Amino acid sequence: MAASAAVTANYVLKPPPFALDALEPHMSRQTLEFHWGKHHRAYVDNLKKQVLGTELEGKTLDHIIHNTYNNGDLLPAFNNAAQAWNHEFFWESMKPGGGGKPSGELLALLERDFTSYEKFYEEFNAAAATQFGAGWAWLAYANDKLKVVKTPNAVNPLVLGSFPLLTIDVWEHAYYLDFQNRRPDYIKTFMNNLVSWEAVSARLEAAKAASG
Amino acid sequence: MAIRSVASRKTLAGLKETSSRLFGFRGLQTFTLPDLPYDYGALEPAISGEIMQIHHQKHHQAYITNYNNALEQLDLAVNKGDASTVVKLQSAIKFNGGGHVNHSIFWKNLAPINEGGGEPPKGSLGSAIDTHFGSLEGLVKKMSAEGAAVQGSGWVWLGLDKELNKLVVDTTANQDPLVTKGGSLVPLVGIDVWEHAYYLQYKNVRPEYLKNVWKVINWKYASEVYEKECK
Repeated sequence: MAASAAVTANYVLKPPPFALDALEPHMSRQTLEFHWGKHHRAYVDNLKKQVLGTELEGKTLDHIIHNTYNNGDLLPAFNNAAQAWNHEFFWESMKPGGGGKPSGELLALLERDFTSYEKFYEEFNAAAATQFGAGWAWLAYANDKLKVVKTPNAVNPLVLGSFPLLTIDVWEHAYYLDFQNRRPDYIKTFMNNLVSWEAVSARLEAAKAASG
Repeated sequence: MAIRSVASRKTLAGLKETSSRLFGFRGLQTFTLPDLPYDYGALEPAISGEIMQIHHQKHHQAYITNYNNALEQLDLAVNKGDASTVVKLQSAIKFNGGGHVNHSIFWKNLAPINEGGGEPPKGSLGSAIDTHFGSLEGLVKKMSAEGAAVQGSGWVWLGLDKELNKLVVDTTANQDPLVTKGGSLVPLVGIDVWEHAYYLQYKNVRPEYLKNVWKVINWKYASEVYEKECK
């Protein structure tokens, strides 16, 4: 009983940590209804079907992601598994009344590794704006250093050996209803109004602990 | 807007060819947005006027603007013998040049229903489709399935392999033109499956967009290209 509960429990469509209309006017309820309710849900449902009866069945998302990345020559389950992971991480990267400048240790590290918060902001914006086609931009932690990374389609820094700390989804479905083609406006809105620096700080602590 | 409604399509076609290229400083050929041969709302209900306007005026225009910038930088770098900049610019050229190439084809691949949009291909292309795919329905089913399966952004194509003299269905990622899948491939019909091509109307349901887009596919144009390339 416990074993089969664990199998399906790995692939759960967790609701975002806020109501679907809580990010208005910066990210509309309509966007979240589709983005979480349709896109994210489909990745989870399709992953369940895809791994059923295979040796990936019952494995964690992390395990599937690492084992299907295959150095970039992606195996079939990678897309659904990574996108399920990425989207849950994305919702938890945001909060109502978020955005602005972080403080404390996180700010100190951003200033250390980017020379200033403004330089980090510029670099993160640029990565998100210049990821061509579908993808994600990240703040990631590796070798005791913070860095900005951009990835195509479903790829995330886990497979590149880094700890993700923050992400923005730049697939068109993430912003098209609210911003149409205006991705730069979406990115600015995300940075100024949505980022949950608390979540980022908590992940940084976890990353530092995990790196020993 | 005014030009499009007053001029006949033949005149416009002549203007289009020359106006899509501007000769700049030192003979560097840059590009401008080609006019659509139909109004933005003319493909409804298959593709909304809102999508057509944003797709044409914002997305295609941005590819052209960025392509021109990349070409100017490339021109400078080539003339300076700056090999590393020349190489660095290749991805911007592929993305944006590809975007311009692909969308220029796409607008011609579409036509309002009252101007032949959706009318099945006749002549040699019609026969070739039956030979290679069994029927037009067979081709449509295959292209729709492959278009739906594209992960992320890209295109699904019906192409002619000139070397093997056969029709092929293939997909490309991002704005890669069909020729990146094979030097002898000539695009006949391309369907944009980037989310911007359908999201405002069809949201996440890409298969529904793919079902409906066939109603406005301009097989006359595809046949013209096919017949020309088969000579």
